[in-house]
Amino acid sequence: MNGLRKAYGGKVVLDSVDLTIREGEVFALLGPNGAGKTTIVRILSTLIPPDAGTAGVMGHDLLAEAGAVRAVIGVTGQFSAVDNLLTGEENMLLIGRLLHLPAAERRARTARLLERFELGEAARQTPATYSGGMKRRLDIAMTLMGRPRLIFLDEPTTGLDPRSRQTMWQQIRDLVAEGVTILLTTQYLEEADQLADRIALLDRGRIVAEGTPEELKRRIPGAHIRLRFADLASLDAAARALGASMDDGEELELRVPYEGGVRSLREVLARLGDDIPVEDLSVQTPDLDDVFFALTGNPSKE
Amino acid sequence: MTAVNALTIAAHDSATMLGRELKHTLRLFRLLFIGAILVPVVMLLLFDYILGGAIGHGLGDTAQGMPYVDFLVPGILMMTVAAGSAATAINVSTDMTGGIVDRFRTMAVSRGALLAGHVGGSVLRALVTTTVVTGVALLVGFRPKASARDWLGVIGIVAAFSFALAWLSAALGMVAKSAAGANGATLPIQFLLPFLSSTFVPASTMPAGVRWFAEHQPFTPVVESLRALLAGAPIGNTAYLALAWCAVIALAGYLWAQAAFRRAAR
Repeated sequence: MNGLRKAYGGKVVLDSVDLTIREGEVFALLGPNGAGKTTIVRILSTLIPPDAGTAGVMGHDLLAEAGAVRAVIGVTGQFSAVDNLLTGEENMLLIGRLLHLPAAERRARTARLLERFELGEAARQTPATYSGGMKRRLDIAMTLMGRPRLIFLDEPTTGLDPRSRQTMWQQIRDLVAEGVTILLTTQYLEEADQLADRIALLDRGRIVAEGTPEELKRRIPGAHIRLRFADLASLDAAARALGASMDDGEELELRVPYEGGVRSLREVLARLGDDIPVEDLSVQTPDLDDVFFALTGNPSKE
Repeated sequence: MTAVNALTIAAHDSATMLGRELKHTLRLFRLLFIGAILVPVVMLLLFDYILGGAIGHGLGDTAQGMPYVDFLVPGILMMTVAAGSAATAINVSTDMTGGIVDRFRTMAVSRGALLAGHVGGSVLRALVTTTVVTGVALLVGFRPKASARDWLGVIGIVAAFSFALAWLSAALGMVAKSAAGANGATLPIQFLLPFLSSTFVPASTMPAGVRWFAEHQPFTPVVESLRALLAGAPIGNTAYLALAWCAVIALAGYLWAQAAFRRAAR
C-alpha cells in the first residue's frame, strides 16, 4: 500500500502509510488504541475507502477490483461478527452458502472447522452460550470457510483470558503453517513478538518503525535490574563487584542488564555478596510504553 | 460476469439471507409475534367490545352501512401490517450495529441481498400475522362478504403495503443508532398514522384539519381498499390509489435504505 490517508472530520487518522506485506508472512501492526490499526484493516478489507493512496491485495487493486479482493481475503474484526441467533453450525453453513459452496463441501468444511476450533460439542448451541474465546474461535472458523489467502486478524486476543490467548496463538501458528498470509493488529508487544515475522509500529496514524521483532528490540532499551544504595561507598563497591558503570551517580542507583528469569537475578545478588547493603531493588522490563518512548519520544498515552 | 449470472447470484444470496431472516423469526418468535399480533388483537377487542357500542351508535349510518366490527377489522388488519415495522427495523438495526454486517461486506456477497432478505421476511411475517388476526376477528363476530377474487385482492394489498412499510422500516433501522431507537422510530407508523386515518372512524367525522390529513395520507386508501374488498362492495379507484402510495413509499424507503447502507461505509 502506498500513501494511504484517512481523516474523519479534520482529524487525521492515517497519514501517508506505506507498507508491503509479503506473501506467506505474519505481519503485525502494533500500536496503542487510536493509532490507526483498525482503520488500516478496514481500508484493506474493502470496508471503507481511503481518502488518498492506493493499495493492492494479492495483485488486485483495492478500489477498482474490490470484488476480486473480497474473494481472496478473510476478516476477523475486533467486534464479534457472528450471528447470535444462529447456532455455531448454522453460522458456518450460512457463510458456506454465501460463498456458493456446494452442499456437500459446505457440510464437510463446517464439520472439519468446528472440530479444529474445538467447537464440535457446541455446534448446536447459539453463541449466546459461548465463552469469549469460543466466540472468537467461531469467528475465525467462519473466516476460514472461504479458504482465504490473506487473513486480517484485528486484535484477535483482546479481552481474552491468558489460556484462551495461548490457544488462539497456537491456532494462528497453525494457519501460518498452511501458508496463509496474515495481517495481525495488536496492542501487545509480546503477541507481536510471538507471532509476527515483521512488525510495523504505528503511532497516531504514522508508521514509526518497521522490521523484524529482533530488529525492533535492538532499538528498545532492554530489561534491567535497578539497585539503590544507602551511601556512596556501597554504590562504589557494588559497581566494582558487578562491573557496571554508574550512570546515575547522584542518585546512588545502578542499572544492571537483566536477561530474565530468577537465575539471572540470583547471579546478580550472588555477585553482590552479603557485605554490600542494597536499599532497594526492582526489575524493569520494557513494555509498549517504553517502546513508544524509545521510538517516538512520546509516551503512548496522552 | 454476465448480467444474467450476476442476477442469479443476487437471487441466490437474497434467498440465503431470507432463510437467515426466517430462522431469526422463529428464534425470536415471542418478540416478533407478540407485538405484531397481540397489539392489533387488543385494539380489536378494545374497540369492538368496549368502545364499539358507543362508536357504532355515534356513527349511525356513517359506518358505511355495516356493523361496527365489520368496519373495524379492515383497519385492524392494516394496523397488523404496520405493527410488523417494528420487527423489521429492530432486525435491520441489530445487523447494522453488530459486527456481522462487516463480515458480509468483506465477502463477495451480492450487495442488496441482506436488505432483500429482511424485506422478504417482513412480507412473509405480515401475511402470517394478518392471517392469525383475521382468525381472531372471525371468532369475535367479523363477517366478511368477500368473494374469492376479493380475498386475492386483500392478500395483494396486504403484501404490497407490507412490502412498502418493510423498505421504510429497513431504512429506519439502518439509520437508528440502536435496536431500541429503531423500535421507537417506527411508532408513528404503528400508531400515529393509523389513528389519523379512517382505521377506527370515518375521516368525515373528524375535525376539519385532521380530516384533511386523514383523507390525503397513504394509510386511508389502504384501509378503504381492504374495507371495500372485505365487504364485497364496489371498490372504485381506491385500490389504485393505495397501490400507488405503496409504490411511492417502497421506492422512497428503498432509496433511503440504499443511501444509508452506502453512507455506513466511510
